[in-house]
Amino acid sequence: MMNEIPLPDQLAEIRDDFLALAVPDRLQMLLEFSNELPELPERYRDHPDLFERVEECQSPVFIFVEVEDGLVHLYATAPREAPTTRGFASILAQGLDSLTVEQVLAIPDDFPLTIGLTEAVSPLRIRGMTALLGRAKRQLRERAAA
Amino acid sequence: MTVDSDPSPKFSAYAHPERLVSTAWLAENLDRPGLVVVESDEDVLLYETGHIPGAVKIDWHTDLNDGVTRDYIDGERFAALLGSKGIARDTTVVIYGDKNNWWAAYALWVFTLFGHEDVRLLDGGRDLWIAEGRETTTDATTPVAVEYPVVDRDDATIRAFKDDVLAHFGNPLIDVRSPEEYSGERTTAPAYPEEGALRAGHIPSAASVPWARAAAPDATFKTRAELDDIYLGEAGLQAGDDVIAYCRIGERSSHTWFVLTHLLGFDNVRNYDGSWTEWGSAVRVPIVTGTEPGEAPAARV
Repeated sequence: MMNEIPLPDQLAEIRDDFLALAVPDRLQMLLEFSNELPELPERYRDHPDLFERVEECQSPVFIFVEVEDGLVHLYATAPREAPTTRGFASILAQGLDSLTVEQVLAIPDDFPLTIGLTEAVSPLRIRGMTALLGRAKRQLRERAAA
Repeated sequence: MTVDSDPSPKFSAYAHPERLVSTAWLAENLDRPGLVVVESDEDVLLYETGHIPGAVKIDWHTDLNDGVTRDYIDGERFAALLGSKGIARDTTVVIYGDKNNWWAAYALWVFTLFGHEDVRLLDGGRDLWIAEGRETTTDATTPVAVEYPVVDRDDATIRAFKDDVLAHFGNPLIDVRSPEEYSGERTTAPAYPEEGALRAGHIPSAASVPWARAAAPDATFKTRAELDDIYLGEAGLQAGDDVIAYCRIGERSSHTWFVLTHLLGFDNVRNYDGSWTEWGSAVRVPIVTGTEPGEAPAARV
């Protein structure tokens, strides 16, 4: 059963770090994530075709999930004027990095609702992160089926 | 009015020039006693990345909307919110934000529901301020709390509900959403999250004037003459009209409400904040698909 796979430590840690903070401080931590969103690696910079636009996000954000030696890496790009979206992408880029495909697929779809950000950014906005996670998982499923 | 108006010549052609300030005026008046600058953005973190020195943040979702009922906060919470931001009843408030002041206009409209008298927009908003290389800071603003009175929200004058729209047929309606939403190709703005409406299309007889047409490329408002061409010329509004504007959840139409009320001088403009997410899902209300406005049904009074 998929749900017997526990939430990976790195995701649980991100969740616990957010939950340990008062609501206004959670926004600050989201901003830190936003600032930490890495630039795209050189090899993907000229390949917009690989990236999928996440329509559910209010600002243009593009993601691409790579599997290398069985481990997952998520790359995302979003403009500086969209710090919230960048923050969501950055949480997932760090939280999913180097997990196995099975581990990522086992992440509960409602993980974004459990990290204490719903109050801080509003339920409507958190949907953007749910969509990011959903699309990342779908890309992995498609790749596994190919 | 605590603080005098911006005398910029561009504004003098508008019906209520005192409702706008230019970036240059604001830069010179930032330290004026009795003036509070408010940033209101679509992105909840944008303020934290750098804001106009001394500006406070008010967020449409987390501050102005009720957390449970689909409605705005009540008079008590509005008083607590504004007091905590250092805004008194007679404070001059200048609001600015991202995306052509989209959300700033929404905040201004909510302030007006509570009758806050002197509330203005920064012409060009956040984008112009930054494009001009004006000062921003990430320093936290720590306003000194003041007393703001508890005022009842007036939901009759500038706000319309679904029944008001049904009774309004025969009078002008302005649909400010994208052409795709108007015609019924989609229920949400391109690239925006699905906010749930069961049908796509528009309210019968509504003219389509996408909200951002009121903005120039630098995010300032277009001139009076340009706005007259759009709203009186193309959309066919006439002086004295009773107008209802709507969009998807009432935010983009707040921007059009501002244009019609304060820039063009219409005295009877209401914003239907239930907008398409309500109308497009309501039982037994008429809708029209396609690019034509369609006939107004008989008003249901």
